Amino acid sequence: MNSIKKKPTFVIAVTGINAIDSPGPGVAVIRAIRDCKDFETRIIGLSYESLEPGLYMHDLIDKSYQIPYPSAGTDSLWERLEYIHKKEHLQLIIPNFDAELFNFIKLENQLKLNGIATYLPDLKQLESRDKVKLLDFGKNHGFYVPEDYIIHEFKELKKAVDDFEFPMVIKGKFYDAVIVNSTDQAEKAFFKIQSKWGLPVIVQKFIKGTEINIAALGDGKGGAISIVPMRKLYITDKGKAWAGVTLHDESLIALARKFIAETRWRGGCELEIMLSPDGKPYIMEVNPRFPAWIYLTAAAGHNQPAALVKLAFGQKLEPFGEYEVGKIFIRYAWDLITDINEFHKISGSGEL
Amino acid sequence: MCILPLLNNQGILKKLKLNEKNELNLIMEKQRYERPFIVKLNAGLMNKFGTRAENQPVTHIESVSIKGLLKEFGSPLFVISEQKIRRNYQNALRIFKTRYPKIQFAWSYKTNYMNAVCRIFHQEGSWAEVVSGFEYDKAIGNGVPGNKIIFNGPDKSDNDLIKAASNQSLIHIDHYDELYSLIRLSEERNLKPRVAIRVNMDTGIYPKWDRFGFNFENGQAWNALTRILSNSHLELVGIHCHIGTFMLSPEAYKIAARNLCELAWSAKERFGIMIQYIDLGGGFPSINTLKGAYLPGSDTVPSLDQFADAITDVILGYGFKQDELPLLILESGRALIDDAGYLLGTVLATKRLSDGRRATIMDFGLNSLFTSLWYEHKISPAQKMSDQTEEMIMFGPLCMNIDIVRESITMPMLQKGDQVVVHSVGAYNMTQWMQFITLRPNIVLIDTENNTHIIRKAENLAYLEQLEQLPEHLK
Amino acid sequence: MRVRKNIAANEEGFLFNPTTGDSFSTNSIGVEIISLLKKDISLRDIVDELYEKYDVDRALLERDVEDFSLQLKEFSILE
Ligand SMILES: Cc1ncc(COP(=O)(O)O)c(C=O)c1O
Repeated sequence: MNSIKKKPTFVIAVTGINAIDSPGPGVAVIRAIRDCKDFETRIIGLSYESLEPGLYMHDLIDKSYQIPYPSAGTDSLWERLEYIHKKEHLQLIIPNFDAELFNFIKLENQLKLNGIATYLPDLKQLESRDKVKLLDFGKNHGFYVPEDYIIHEFKELKKAVDDFEFPMVIKGKFYDAVIVNSTDQAEKAFFKIQSKWGLPVIVQKFIKGTEINIAALGDGKGGAISIVPMRKLYITDKGKAWAGVTLHDESLIALARKFIAETRWRGGCELEIMLSPDGKPYIMEVNPRFPAWIYLTAAAGHNQPAALVKLAFGQKLEPFGEYEVGKIFIRYAWDLITDINEFHKISGSGEL
Repeated sequence: MCILPLLNNQGILKKLKLNEKNELNLIMEKQRYERPFIVKLNAGLMNKFGTRAENQPVTHIESVSIKGLLKEFGSPLFVISEQKIRRNYQNALRIFKTRYPKIQFAWSYKTNYMNAVCRIFHQEGSWAEVVSGFEYDKAIGNGVPGNKIIFNGPDKSDNDLIKAASNQSLIHIDHYDELYSLIRLSEERNLKPRVAIRVNMDTGIYPKWDRFGFNFENGQAWNALTRILSNSHLELVGIHCHIGTFMLSPEAYKIAARNLCELAWSAKERFGIMIQYIDLGGGFPSINTLKGAYLPGSDTVPSLDQFADAITDVILGYGFKQDELPLLILESGRALIDDAGYLLGTVLATKRLSDGRRATIMDFGLNSLFTSLWYEHKISPAQKMSDQTEEMIMFGPLCMNIDIVRESITMPMLQKGDQVVVHSVGAYNMTQWMQFITLRPNIVLIDTENNTHIIRKAENLAYLEQLEQLPEHLK
Repeated sequence: MRVRKNIAANEEGFLFNPTTGDSFSTNSIGVEIISLLKKDISLRDIVDELYEKYDVDRALLERDVEDFSLQLKEFSILE
């Protein structure tokens, strides 16, 4: 009988389709959504640059549009989305970049008024896990977070360098992290990161251990729909997981469940954990969106992106049960072939 | 004879003309010109949907035509909207009044001390906040009663102090030297000055403004209060702080309000004196984008409501009895005036730099637009232009390398003679501007009925030289 | 001075230089100038032709066309 009932078709726009060597999660999110048999989709890709590979993956993405860089602000973004919405009748947008989330969250109500759903944390949640505030966050909620100094001027660096032992980590406000082994290196890294990302610069205690990432989906009421931990098996020189395996570790799942419960997180997120040799899980960073390896969750039986789609359309979901432990992903590079005309088209008209 | 311009979809201008025999003639005119333009496409290139293109033309301020303003008053030209000032003021007052029973604004003169501007604020009910003898005299000249002038800042001469004390002005003491001077003068002349102290503190923001006033954390502020409260000449009426300018954190005001309340509470407990007011200074941001900020100010600047919530929640919840609640004074400057000010200007020239970048040279620069050191000012073209935009660096007219209005801005293809509008320039420019290389331009006020008034004339050579004196041997 | 043989601008204003692999975007008057240059028309004649067509100051047009041709040379579109 089910087969007679026509499946709904959702028009879903997805950002972060830059599946390059340090990939955005968009393509993986789309792949997971396409796997879901409960609904049909028309996928709209939203890109910032003309060489984002997703633009040219016509079997995954039905149509793509360029959108303004986050720094252009919500007015420009809304203007562009309105144009796209007129043509495509968007029903859901899944943003996948840290830097753009602020704008999409700000536009949440306006989007809703126009019939476009999102499923995002609120601004308070977004800010609470900001790098600059993570230590306070940890203290307030009882999580291990490495000690850090938030440095506003060069002369404060000395205090941090005196206080922590080498190696230590120098981090930018938005991106970048350098492990340094001497005062000299610390100073160099400070200046390099300052010039790129501005102040403050974060100096963080180095934590040795095993890197574990956890992808999780919260329902906004404190409940976790899915939690899937992954141990990185191979790490690129940019610190990205190139291969990873799903794990079963109750303490990690408990940690993520607590995070979701305390923040009442809505939407996808990734906890970057360092498991120290004495077994303490330190939260190194919280990414407020799905990770690039999110397809592994679908492969392991927890299709988090598809679940997000259902939640966004108001369906009530029970938390997933078991996931498959020992599922591995291995990222690989693939040369997609296209024609210069396609490049011209997206660069010139902003649509492909 | 009448001519009706029509623009067809190829952008070709056609005019329908009625000839002498009243027949309609169609005359083909030349097409609108746009400079030829070519860019290399590369992977890192910003997509053209990617930049904040400021290409929506702004042709009027209130309902006065910009073209007309420039024609009448010359270029460049500062324009101030009286309507906007009044709206900003009334809005701010409403926001605070609906949350707290006793509110008083004091216009921060340094932000913009054109007399016309000050008087608008005073008409609305603002007191004056001044930081020098010169500003003090200006406030008196604007008819502000002495007891409604707040005298801040580290620079008050003995004469200033005597004058302010005699006028019952509110003297906000900045340092011990001033406190001792004031005590000495009061004893000598039997004055009874009304005073407050300025307090500095750590509100978790950076940079910490600890150079003004007495420090809260190390007990200096309390010591100064004790010193005042035990002196029979000084009347302690308030406590003041100003934690910084363009503050983006309502949280910081919570801390400031709490600290001032704590001092007030201690004064009440230990000396039985309830101070009359708490003055939280200014510092609320305007809708401008700070240099280096990733997101535009229009999205990130917290609303006045958020600041008002932060401040009034703390004071109302501190435990004062309803009838002893202190008056809350605010010295907000830029938040009330910035977006009421515009700078109009004209393109002097355009060129291509050796690295291929486009450069546009304006007839205003750092000399008149001091705030371009801090802000990425929003700039709009003042006439309709084609949709083609390009990235450019915008220079001022000075012969100095640092004279840059915007390091990078995407605008329509400007050419010589095109006019632009710089937005939100009402705060600090008309006081910090420099007479350097060129003369300062007219400032025009658009009143609430859309009449224009020059409120400061453009400078001329005679004005500038009137204070100069030539030694005999150089005549 | 002429446009390299294998370069052409399409209507949307895109150019591809097969020798260097560079792509360019130009506006419609740019397309016009490039196609006139392809026909071996001199810059002076191009200015004449454009002046007839567009509402522009002649000196400005001359300057802009010259600057444009300098850019074409820098980009190796002209040889
Ligand atoms: C004591 C005092 N009050 C008020 C102001 C006005 O500040 P804002 O324009 O940031 O509101 C200033 C400015 O520096 C100030 O020093």
